[in-house]
Amino acid sequence: MILVRLPLAIFALILQSAFLALGQIWANKTRSILTTIGIVIGVASVTAVIAALTGLKTNVLTDFENLGTDKMFVEPDYRGPSKRNPRGYFFGLHAADFDGMLDHCPDVRAFTRQTEQMLTATNGTRSQDQVPVQAVEPSWQQVENRNVVVGRTFSLIDDQHARAVCLINARLRDRLGYPADPAGDSILLGSRRFRIIGVVENRTESSMFSFGGNGMEAFIPFGTGVGSRQNENIGVVAVCRSPQVADEAKAELAFFLRHKRRIPVGEPDDFRVEVVEQFLREFSNVSATITLVATCVVGISLLVGGVGIMNIMLVSVSERTREIGLRKAVGARPSTILLQFLVEATMLCLMGGLIGLLGGEGILSALKQIPDAHLDKSYIPAWAVALAFSFAAGVGLIFGMFPAIKAARLDPIEALRHE
Amino acid sequence: MVIRLENITRHYKVGPERIRALDGVSLEIDRNEYVAVMGTSGSGKSTLMNILGCLDRPTSGAYALDGKVTTKLSGGALAKVRNERIGFVFQSFELLPRLSALANTELPLLYSPAAWWGRRARARHAMKTVGLGDRMRHRPNQLSGGQKQRVAIARALINKPSILLADEPTGNLDSATTDEILGLFDELHRSGQTIILVTHEPDVARHARRIIRMKDGRVQSDLPVDADVVGQQVPAPLAAVEGAA
Repeated sequence: MILVRLPLAIFALILQSAFLALGQIWANKTRSILTTIGIVIGVASVTAVIAALTGLKTNVLTDFENLGTDKMFVEPDYRGPSKRNPRGYFFGLHAADFDGMLDHCPDVRAFTRQTEQMLTATNGTRSQDQVPVQAVEPSWQQVENRNVVVGRTFSLIDDQHARAVCLINARLRDRLGYPADPAGDSILLGSRRFRIIGVVENRTESSMFSFGGNGMEAFIPFGTGVGSRQNENIGVVAVCRSPQVADEAKAELAFFLRHKRRIPVGEPDDFRVEVVEQFLREFSNVSATITLVATCVVGISLLVGGVGIMNIMLVSVSERTREIGLRKAVGARPSTILLQFLVEATMLCLMGGLIGLLGGEGILSALKQIPDAHLDKSYIPAWAVALAFSFAAGVGLIFGMFPAIKAARLDPIEALRHE
Repeated sequence: MVIRLENITRHYKVGPERIRALDGVSLEIDRNEYVAVMGTSGSGKSTLMNILGCLDRPTSGAYALDGKVTTKLSGGALAKVRNERIGFVFQSFELLPRLSALANTELPLLYSPAAWWGRRARARHAMKTVGLGDRMRHRPNQLSGGQKQRVAIARALINKPSILLADEPTGNLDSATTDEILGLFDELHRSGQTIILVTHEPDVARHARRIIRMKDGRVQSDLPVDADVVGQQVPAPLAAVEGAA
């Protein structure tokens, strides 16, 4: 019975104190609002920062998702003269460096070597400048996850025989006025004629990584491209079995390449393996750090706000000394008085928190107007709302404690004699 | 026996000095008594009042209210005693200015375990008892002095206290209103309420049935009203002076 009645009684007491506190705050409207400004600013800034970061993160995550979090990029890394390379020659990656890689790198699912050059694409009288033409291996399909909407993909034979076939994307097809299914038609890339075997869907546009250009693409078999441009300075895109083994895959790849490129022990790599998963992790770390720093800064402003709350509560206690004395005389326990003032301070802070939250929303909608800031997906997450309110309530409790104790300890006789 | 005081002392320390505000007071007050405590300022009557009201604890001695010794109770338990057994009426009314007369009357119920749904009705009933049935929604500043003191009395009575403690209840009132309030006290006394009144005015004390005179922290005299000076016929010249004042 007591287990049911005690919490109920406490709840009723808190409710009652809350009503009293609301009356008190309402009676001193101007003062209450001025007092809470510190809290308002603190909460507004923390929610705005968290919301902006959340929006940024959403954008970045979608972009990385589009890019593929299991992807790795291998590029030559020029490090200037070294013991092994005293003249500082630039060693590009060679196609042969990657022969047999899948056998030695168990965590790499697939990879493609590729080169790129900008060419003019022509269909009869229509032409398009600056089309990136990429020479890719048949495994490109698995690596990039790009669907061929009409026609077929590259086959091993296309690659090995360096056949003059190509894939174009839908945008290039439309630009050059091909029919919906252009398979079998011919296209001039640079000065060489290719047969179109299929159409690839357009690349997902990304807001963070601008690939630049006009969004038109053409692809030719790697063998065909290498045949025309030598096998120097190629790039490699690989995918690992899952984002979780990205680090292992990276290590295997580096080990394999060092062996192939005969880099002695102790020499630095002359290539770079970039893992998307790693970027993602770094970004997460950075955003966590920013959140932490913002929270600390906001903590300071809340501290200042809290001192304001404490000050006004002290004023309130001394103004209401007689009232406290009377309440005690008619039977208010010290704990009841303590609770009343604590609840009042907390309500004041929560009110500040609410106004601050609205302010944060306001700041956010202003931030969203900034073009190219990638904040369009920003929103205040539920946990930030909870954080803001618990911060506010915490400030109320901590800084309201001293005035409340002071009120609770008042001697009723002295208090009733107070002028 | 409502009140039993046994050899109560109350000492204050002011710097190096020890002030004996109460110096061995023993008293018994029965149910339905109407007692006036008189004395000059510094006689210890306020201290006695505070101890009777459980606002203060004696330095030594025992105080039993309704047969229960309160001397060793904690602050919270004393608050409960004040809430349930004692009704205070102060000289300066002590009404909360922002609350209506009804809410002021209801105040002690806020701190008692009484269920909230019975509060308003009890407060209304108490207001009617003191004859303010038509002033419930008024704020204290819309009431006259006498009406304010009636609200305070209603507040004091709402928990059906064992004793009604009135500290100079007419000190801030004019003579007509004083009679009105004292009339109310007489009525309450007739209906069985135990009343303890602290005053220095003989005219007020005369309404009581028993007069306790304090001096230097001790009981100087404790007599029925008829035996005390204030109960005697007022000398004519003094009456004239008082009437002129």
